[in-house]
Amino acid sequence: MKSYFGKYGGMFVPETLVPALQELEAAYSKYSIGKEFQDEFANYLTNYAGRETPLYYAKSLSDKCSGAKIYLKREDLLHTGAHKINNALGQALLAKKMGKKRLIAETGAGQHGVATATVAALFGMECIIYMGETDVQRQAPNVYRMKLLGATVNVVSSGSKTLKDAINEALRDYAANFQNTHYLIGSALGPHPYPTMVRDFQKIIGVEARKQILEAERQLPDMLVACVGGGSNSIGLFHPFLQDNIEMVGVEAGGNGKLHAARLCGDGKPGVLHGMMSYLLQDKYGQIKDTYSISAGLDYPAVGPEHSALKEKRMVKYTAVQDEDALKAFHLLSSSEGIIPALESAHAVAYAIEAAKHLGKGKIILVNLSGRGDKDIEHVQRLESNNIIKVK
Amino acid sequence: MHIFKDKNAAFLPYICCGDPSADFTVKLAKTLVNAGADAIELGIPFSDPIADGKTIQSASLRALENGIIPPKALEVLDRIRKEGVKIPIIIMTYYNIILANGGTKFLKNAKIAGANAVIVPDVPLEESDSLEEMCRNNELGLVRMVSISSDEKRLKAISKKADCFVYVVAELGTTGARENVNDNAIALVKRAKSLFYVPVVIGFGISKPEHVTTFIKAGADGIIVGSAIIDIYSKYISGEKTKTINEKSALEEMEKFAKAMKNACMR
Repeated sequence: MKSYFGKYGGMFVPETLVPALQELEAAYSKYSIGKEFQDEFANYLTNYAGRETPLYYAKSLSDKCSGAKIYLKREDLLHTGAHKINNALGQALLAKKMGKKRLIAETGAGQHGVATATVAALFGMECIIYMGETDVQRQAPNVYRMKLLGATVNVVSSGSKTLKDAINEALRDYAANFQNTHYLIGSALGPHPYPTMVRDFQKIIGVEARKQILEAERQLPDMLVACVGGGSNSIGLFHPFLQDNIEMVGVEAGGNGKLHAARLCGDGKPGVLHGMMSYLLQDKYGQIKDTYSISAGLDYPAVGPEHSALKEKRMVKYTAVQDEDALKAFHLLSSSEGIIPALESAHAVAYAIEAAKHLGKGKIILVNLSGRGDKDIEHVQRLESNNIIKVK
Repeated sequence: MHIFKDKNAAFLPYICCGDPSADFTVKLAKTLVNAGADAIELGIPFSDPIADGKTIQSASLRALENGIIPPKALEVLDRIRKEGVKIPIIIMTYYNIILANGGTKFLKNAKIAGANAVIVPDVPLEESDSLEEMCRNNELGLVRMVSISSDEKRLKAISKKADCFVYVVAELGTTGARENVNDNAIALVKRAKSLFYVPVVIGFGISKPEHVTTFIKAGADGIIVGSAIIDIYSKYISGEKTKTINEKSALEEMEKFAKAMKNACMR
């Protein structure tokens, strides 16, 4: 199995973890191609998670833009509320085959933590979730959901107290406990084989979307849009379209303009963090920078290595949307379609709204609505009622 | 390395450069040398040290807050040399620090400042070609690590690349002082002794002279002590934003501890 995407990827971990990752790679190679595993995975995706998800033509939103047609891939309708469950089911099944009794995971927005806690409950495994202190505060409902599902939530107070630090802690736990523990990484990042494995578990998004748009419109879309935190929902959507020569746009967090998490379209530089070579937000001496975004799921200083390779090959365009525009899209999609998007996904919606105006009539934009906004409601309400952010 | 030539085991303390100040690091190095250290592992702090436990994480953070950028860390190394410290100094840092600060150019400057070798915990055998070349070009040793989880095949592959000494990681997980020595670590020291031509040095978790005695009985040629050293001097650090340290007391206690550890290295 290839461990690099061009120059990016690899397995930059302490020696202790190399045998653990090699064991994981071997198990993944062995089981994932087998019919038994694929059937079991497909069964859980359909009957437990709720696939396939609809591809919905957002007519009212499109009309408001008076331009291109906007289609939404409704990953928000999945069990637990986001695309994260696809990967969590895949990895948990694999962990079970490997005889692991304990699942650990990092989480930013809490969606991946909830997905992991959910599959741990489903398969009767012990579950520990690492979550940064800042994220625990802004995603309180998800913390309770994880506990309700039987998981232990370990609050991480080191460094920037967000996703980056939660990953550090999870990697440390994994190194100490890999003999009975699987580290269920939530995005297409980290050391090999995670970026490949997570992408494979998320590819279903693009496979379905491609088939659905061909059925609905008898043509492929003119543009694909997805938000990019670690990059799993976007790579899941983009990957099955890579040979189609379609414009693809990955939307990063523009934050408040000054502080952000724009690694690929901003001032990120290649480096090594969390086991991989990829674009990172770092200072000139290689210390990892603090990032900021209104959405916890995009608030991360590195990005999955396949995105770094796609950027350099110019196969995907990376851009950023700021908090305020994401919030406007959050409101607009809610009021025009009755769909409350996750703040992460709202970044993609915000870009699509502008792109629809520019592309004009007769064009088709397909947006991955990666998650629902229930988890964000309290946070947004607090920001708005305290006038921290005002949507004009 | 010549430090392994006599019959006694070598004592290699780890210190975190710039914690809580550059001045203290220089004094600490001298104190450790006077107490009998055979080499010093000098940590250049990184914001995200995944191989390290709480103690070294906190030390790294204090050093970073104190403004120890990598070029300054090399200045500290240079100062330690100018103070007359002659024993080998091995730089311990993470790969991103080397890459972001110029790669081979950074290692060249490290060599000029007085480094003899480097340890980079997040670069395992499979990813080490480029780092190995950079080290070779600058006549710096590249210390390899082996773990309890490394099987026979990996140990043999790593032994072919071994340079200076092999760093046996005594614990799964991270650095940090432990109460007891684990049996797997003792077994690994013995395996490494039979497979490696270079000296076998053990680190992670070692905090007491009894630990040292146990590992030396198992055949270790040297011991690395890091977190236990930081645990001792950090008790004397105070202050919220700007950290100060009661140097006299910290160094006195350090000297006592280092002497006891060195004494346990005697055969």
